[in-house]
Formats: sequence, structure tokens, C-alpha cells
Amino acid sequence: MSDLKTQIIAQLNLQDVKPEDIGDDQPLFVDGLGLDSIDALELIVLLQQNYKIKLSNAEDGPKVFRSVRTIAEYITEHQNQAA
Amino acid sequence: MPIKPHISASCVISNNTVYKNGIAVFEKRETILQEFLLSIYQHFEIKYPRFYKMDSLSKLGWLAAEILLKDSLETAIYQPVDIGVILTNANSSLETDIKYFQTTKDIASPALFVYTLPNIMTGEICIRHNFKGENAFFIAEKFEAGFIQQYVNNLINNNTLQACICGWVELLGDQYKAALVLVEIKDHGGMPANPTNIFTKENLLNIYHTDNG
Repeated sequence: MSDLKTQIIAQLNLQDVKPEDIGDDQPLFVDGLGLDSIDALELIVLLQQNYKIKLSNAEDGPKVFRSVRTIAEYITEHQNQAA
Repeated sequence: MPIKPHISASCVISNNTVYKNGIAVFEKRETILQEFLLSIYQHFEIKYPRFYKMDSLSKLGWLAAEILLKDSLETAIYQPVDIGVILTNANSSLETDIKYFQTTKDIASPALFVYTLPNIMTGEICIRHNFKGENAFFIAEKFEAGFIQQYVNNLINNNTLQACICGWVELLGDQYKAALVLVEIKDHGGMPANPTNIFTKENLLNIYHTDNG
């Protein structure tokens, strides 16, 4: 999950944030890391570019991008499906 | 009390130097633009994480507004709708338009796409300072002091605005320049109105040439 945090920081240009600043279960949007809707789109791009995973259903977004852990679980699940 | 529209502050950023009210307040030689902009942010100890997400044009204009308004604008004496932002440049958001276009060959970048309009910079300034007054962004081949003076004067004279941040924010490649002024009609004990700070085309042009550029 540390690698994923590093990728999120790079993709979203969060230059004041270090990987260890992001809790595994910390909410990423609104009250948590304060990400916005454009960041959500960038996270979709990250999944596509780094993991070749397309978020097939946009309604899954809030659930998938709730925290680093939920993103990691989504990646694991969909990479396993692809394998 | 209301007085003639006057320039109560100015900020010019060009040639790796930041000028506030005509005085060089920061300089960093031999550095590329992106590093220079970051060094301004760090030098003035600004804390605004959203800064990092902006494109270079927005960073330049946003920093110029930040330095322009610091210790110069008493927001408490205005309603948010009384303060406007009128900006101009020559190349719109072309720098970011090109960068965005390059990303479309692979996966288009949403973060770049949102900066493919120059008035996004105006929005960034308004979000930061809670300005809700009239705003506009005009494209002109060169700095048109007479046009800006006339346009802003109209907004002030018809009571649309009581204060306005206006000027020029241009960036393309490694060429850049920001020249902003704060125009007000209220006298709040700042610089007294005098021939050098009355809001005229000539004074605006003099400020634009602060860097002798």
C-alpha cells in the first residue's frame, strides 16, 4: 500500500504530503485528504495507466476511492480477475 | 470615504524578480520558471496545498495576486461582490493547452484539462480571497493600459465594483510576466492619493515597466 500512496501523491501532485501521512483507512475525499472531483478522475487515470484497470461502473467510484485500502483491494481483485 | 480611483498597490513578477510597489522584494537568478514560482511560494511562506495543482499560468497570476494583496487590501471594508478581477494576456492558456493536447495521445489528463482556459486563473484568485465581484479575462497582443484603465474605471464609476485587481499575466514557454495593480476608491489610510498613484493609463504603464521590460 506504500507504493500506491506514493503513486497517488505523484498523480495528484500532493507535494506537501508524504506517504506516511496518509492512513490506510483515512477518507480521501472531503474531510479526509480533501480531494475533489478532478482528483477522482486522476485516480481513474492512475488505475488505467499503472494497473490497466478500467473502472467499468462510475457508480462504484465513491466505494472504490473511499481510502487507500479500498483502492488496493479493488486493484487486487481486478488484477486477479485478469490473471 | 470615496476618492478618485487610485492604485493602492502593485506587484510585478518578471526576469526572476518579484516587485511589490516598485521595490524588488525577492529574486532568484539562474533558475527555470517552475522552480522560480515554487521558490516564491516558499519564500513568502504561503500555505495553500491547492497551489501545487495549478498550471504555471495560474501559479504566476495567483502568486502575483497573493503578494499584491498582502498587507494592502482590507477585505473587511468590502463585500465580496464589491471586489473584481480583470486580467489580460497575449497567449491565453496556450502553454497548458499544448501540454494537455500531448496527453490526449495517451490518456487525457483531467487535471490539465481544467486549466485549458485562462480565466481559471481568475477563479483561483477569487477562491483564495473570496472575491465574488465582476471578473473578465481579455486577450490582447500586448499590454493595453488604456483599455484596462477604461474598462475598470467604468466598472467602478457605475458602482459595479469598489475595488479591482487588474493587469497582465502572460506565460508561454520560458517567457513570462505578471503586472497587477489593486485599484480602490475607498481611502483606508493607505497610500494617499497623489499624481503617481491615481489610476491613469500612464501610471499603469509605468508599473508595467517596473522591471524596465
